[in-house]
Amino acid sequence: MRVYLEARPSPSRLAAWMTPVVAAVATIVVGFVVFGALGKDPFAALRAFFIEPIATRYGIAELLLKATPLMLIATGLAIGYRANVWNIGAEGQLTLGAIAGGGLALAVGDAPWPSFLLLPAMFVAGAAAGMAWAAIPAWLRTRFNANEILTSLMLVYVASLLLSWLVHGPWRDPEGYNFPQSKMFDANAMLPILVPDTRLNAAFLLGLAIVALAWIFVRRHVVGFEMRVAGLAPAAANYAGISMRRNVWLGMLAGGACAGLAGVGEAAGPIGQLLPSMSPGYGFAAIIVAFVGRLHPGGIALASVLMSLLYLGGESAQVNLGLPSAVTGLFEGTLLFFLLAADVFVNYRLRAVAGAPT
Amino acid sequence: MAQPPRPSEAAAPVPRLSLRGITKAYPGVVANDGVDLDVFPGEIHAVLGENGAGKSTLMKVIYGLAWPDAGTIRWEGELVEITNPGQARKLGIGMVFQHFSLFETLTVADNIRLALDSRTRRLRRRIREVSKRYAMPLDPARRVHTMSVGERQRVEIVRCLLQDPRLLILDEPTSVLTPSAVERLFDTLRGLAAQGCSILYISHKLDEIRALCDRATVLRNGKVTGQCDPRAETTASLARMMIGGDLPRPVHRAPHAGAPALVIDALDLAADDPFGTSLRDVSLTVHAGEIVGIAGVSGNGQKELLAALSGERAIERAQAITLLGQAAGRLDARARRARGLAFIPEDRLGRGAVPEMSLADNVLLTTRTPPLVKRGFVRAVQVRERARRTIAQFAVKAAGVDAPAQSLSGGNLQKFIVGREIERAPRVLIAAQPTWGVDVGAAAQIRQTLLDLRDRGVAVLVISEDLDELLEICDALAVIAQGRLSKAKPIRETSAEEIGQLMAGVAATVEAAAAVTA
Amino acid sequence: MNEITQIVVLTLAAGTPLVFAALGELVVEKSGVLNLGVEGMMLVGAVASFIVAARTHSPWLGVGTGALAGAALSLVFAVLALSLRANQVATGLALSLFGIGLSAFVGRPYMSVVIEGMKPVSIPGLSDLPVVGKLLFAHGPLVYASLALFVLVHLFLSRTRAGLVLRAVGESPQSAHAIGYDVIGIRYLAVLFGGACAGLGGAFLAVAYTPAWVEGMTAGRGWIALALVVFATWKPWRVMIGAYLFGSVTLAQFQAQAAGVALSSQLLAMLPYVATIVVLAIISRDAAMIRLNAPASLGKPYHPA
Repeated sequence: MRVYLEARPSPSRLAAWMTPVVAAVATIVVGFVVFGALGKDPFAALRAFFIEPIATRYGIAELLLKATPLMLIATGLAIGYRANVWNIGAEGQLTLGAIAGGGLALAVGDAPWPSFLLLPAMFVAGAAAGMAWAAIPAWLRTRFNANEILTSLMLVYVASLLLSWLVHGPWRDPEGYNFPQSKMFDANAMLPILVPDTRLNAAFLLGLAIVALAWIFVRRHVVGFEMRVAGLAPAAANYAGISMRRNVWLGMLAGGACAGLAGVGEAAGPIGQLLPSMSPGYGFAAIIVAFVGRLHPGGIALASVLMSLLYLGGESAQVNLGLPSAVTGLFEGTLLFFLLAADVFVNYRLRAVAGAPT
Repeated sequence: MAQPPRPSEAAAPVPRLSLRGITKAYPGVVANDGVDLDVFPGEIHAVLGENGAGKSTLMKVIYGLAWPDAGTIRWEGELVEITNPGQARKLGIGMVFQHFSLFETLTVADNIRLALDSRTRRLRRRIREVSKRYAMPLDPARRVHTMSVGERQRVEIVRCLLQDPRLLILDEPTSVLTPSAVERLFDTLRGLAAQGCSILYISHKLDEIRALCDRATVLRNGKVTGQCDPRAETTASLARMMIGGDLPRPVHRAPHAGAPALVIDALDLAADDPFGTSLRDVSLTVHAGEIVGIAGVSGNGQKELLAALSGERAIERAQAITLLGQAAGRLDARARRARGLAFIPEDRLGRGAVPEMSLADNVLLTTRTPPLVKRGFVRAVQVRERARRTIAQFAVKAAGVDAPAQSLSGGNLQKFIVGREIERAPRVLIAAQPTWGVDVGAAAQIRQTLLDLRDRGVAVLVISEDLDELLEICDALAVIAQGRLSKAKPIRETSAEEIGQLMAGVAATVEAAAAVTA
Repeated sequence: MNEITQIVVLTLAAGTPLVFAALGELVVEKSGVLNLGVEGMMLVGAVASFIVAARTHSPWLGVGTGALAGAALSLVFAVLALSLRANQVATGLALSLFGIGLSAFVGRPYMSVVIEGMKPVSIPGLSDLPVVGKLLFAHGPLVYASLALFVLVHLFLSRTRAGLVLRAVGESPQSAHAIGYDVIGIRYLAVLFGGACAGLGGAFLAVAYTPAWVEGMTAGRGWIALALVVFATWKPWRVMIGAYLFGSVTLAQFQAQAAGVALSSQLLAMLPYVATIVVLAIISRDAAMIRLNAPASLGKPYHPA
């Protein structure tokens, strides 16, 4: 018996749609087994993990709240990934965005700036800071041919240390009992809430708008086409006169801007100030969202909701089941593994040939 | 030309290799369909067929790289199963690959060591001995990436010879050789055959097969369509067995050369690749309404020249390349296309077309201007229409404009790419290896298309390794060797021999220099 | 004199996890595979070694387990990227993320556990020699192991036939396959070796260097190891130089703090990461040299025809 993979003449569209679903189901099954192995009732655990968090109106608002930064960042990252530009430093770019937007809010302080001026200014500052942070790996790649995966990742550590220094030092709240945190932002620097009695804020609308813009760009704009070519066949992109430098800059800056926006969204939203950690790893989770969403804006929107559910489930599991919060990271990684494994069926078929090779 | 003594038929010898009913199918195509083949000791046996006939697959089966779905293999009368190349080598089968299986950064000795299964003492000495014995001298310490294509083939051959093969398979060996190198190879093969080695010679070059081989098995669409003595046949009769019809002859009209459309003037370009070839003082003029060809074995600067012409590499001196009267050296690929240049690259899949994208999307590869793209947005309707028109006009067999490029056969994809470029109404067309790996029918159509283009006043430059093709369609011919270009001569004033000498002359000088330093 | 000896000893120790991880990844990349999961494999190795060391009170058992754990995780990568032809970059990233999450999850109960770490060797007579004793004969056993690993890897790659085959596979898997080598099988072995080495690097951190288990304790060393392989242009001896250079940079931040330099600790802590970026930029700049030394098929998916 010989089992082997045989290339399909053309990629299977059915498989392309099915693999995220298959991966999600497989992850749930693994969760089932893991919970059981940990001595918890697996059904109760799955219910606590996946159902309970979204059983209330507040829960759904939380779901969308957490999906927002994921959606934003993953959309930006996917633009680069499509062109083989691997921005892995979104977490750092988010941090810089939070620093810039939050810094502006702190600088304005209680001066009577109207919200409709201050908030957009904060977002612009955040996007600019995120872009600036992403520009470093972009420049290093186009000028020095340095691998952007490693450089953008190193900058995540640097960004985190920068934020830590700021909230421990110059930006520490003098009335904060020496805790490492900044002053709380004033009301005019906080995002308006969309649904009363929840935390869902206007950043969600921004996220939807970005997804829509990206959709149009990727599907209909010639630059979106060119970046797709660059990712699929770099030699063909060269032949077609598509500039790889432009792709690198565009890919990195798109991710940086979106991550910066997400950073402001967190600072001016659920957090309301600057803390040593502004994100529970959204920058990295967004990478997974981008893949699970197959680099497609619509898929990313759906995948970000799924990932958000994993976050909520992790928090719920921590509270209700006493599991460590790292269980979320575990599920995220498992989801991506299954997706990558299932993906093989998009381009290959499994074949079994009976008998010994002749 | 001395012929070796024919194996005596009176003794009814046992074939060294005997294939019966070999069948091998891949998704979508039956590569070998019930193939029978017998090769006798001391025989030079040709396997003849056009591209896509199934020759390479058959050789993979014999060498253990592919497993047949049905059929038997007998080696010297005994039934065998060849499941991997190591086993084939143990039987005494050696293979010289068409696209060499060498490791560029390793030395000749290491390359050979990797293919020898047993530890060989004094490998370097053995390499020197054997290579000298067969008049293919090699320096074991040289790294392969410093060697010319012809020299690399020697490594492949010597690697096989060191194992005392009883059957030597050569897959399209002469596509990378100058005419004189071909003669030397043939002498070596005849010498081997005289010592009792069987030789399987895969090719689609009818003249060579008639000059070298004792017998020929003809494949078409995976089936054996004939067996013959090639020396008793004419090129026409062989062609008929090979393609089931007559070789198409292109229709020539008298050339009317116009104003210079593409002028290359003393172009110098350093190779950007440590394994590449630098261009030196290259000059050439292509007029509107003429086809100029550049002949040469690959690895002599063609890649660099094409990159300079297409705009993929910028030239410092803008006047080094003049396109339709304007200095173009510093223009990028898009700008040159806007001026009227079209370019058909050597690699279809991955360069000329994106394999996973549809034919419609691939149209956008070289045209992203109105009417296909307006204000940055892609006009899908117009793009699909252009694709549909290209498919229809150039007889491309495809499932539709949405078919992914990788689903087309080599010939059809090439027809699509040629058609796509012509649909852009270029004034200068550059084509690299336009019919490489393409079946005879499509190749003839492409050549005719180039001739028609020329008649419409387009300037055409063809860079190719296929001397026959160049002699067939070009009005003038130049030779590229080691980064230098010979002066282009009108076809009527030159001959295949002279071209061959030009190709060999420079190559021989370089090899002699290398031998001195070895 | 004592201070210099101190610095040398500390530098060697600081560079050791990088030596393990980078040498392992070098072998993997020589076979043409890019495994970005080094950070995850190191953490998994660290947590596994710590748990076993804590429960069995044997640091060596812990170290062995750490290597096995790293190899086990790398097996997942191998299956996905080699057998199932998944994108190597995405798979490696997934591996790192998974490893970070798994190690945090499994290591939770061990966060404040204290173990007796591995002690530096003490050779009677030799270790007590003045100057030379401390310099040469009093390092931790794993430091010596890492030096031995360097010698092994160097000899393997340059002198053995198996090493030649590995290099050939990395150079051109198609040619290696045409000659009859099992490209996928060879790459599997290389990946497993790399995983074991990364696991050893993590184990060293948890069981000898610190010793402790802290979530994310590698602090990016896995990524730095990847950068080191590029910096070393895939030559083992340059990996050693790079690893110890980075070890010294890591130390420098502590020295500077101790010396009362007026920069805050966070800013000083940025040093290793900024240094990595600078070094990567300088080395990668010479594209021709990279092309000459990098395994030609690195990161490219291989599909046996």
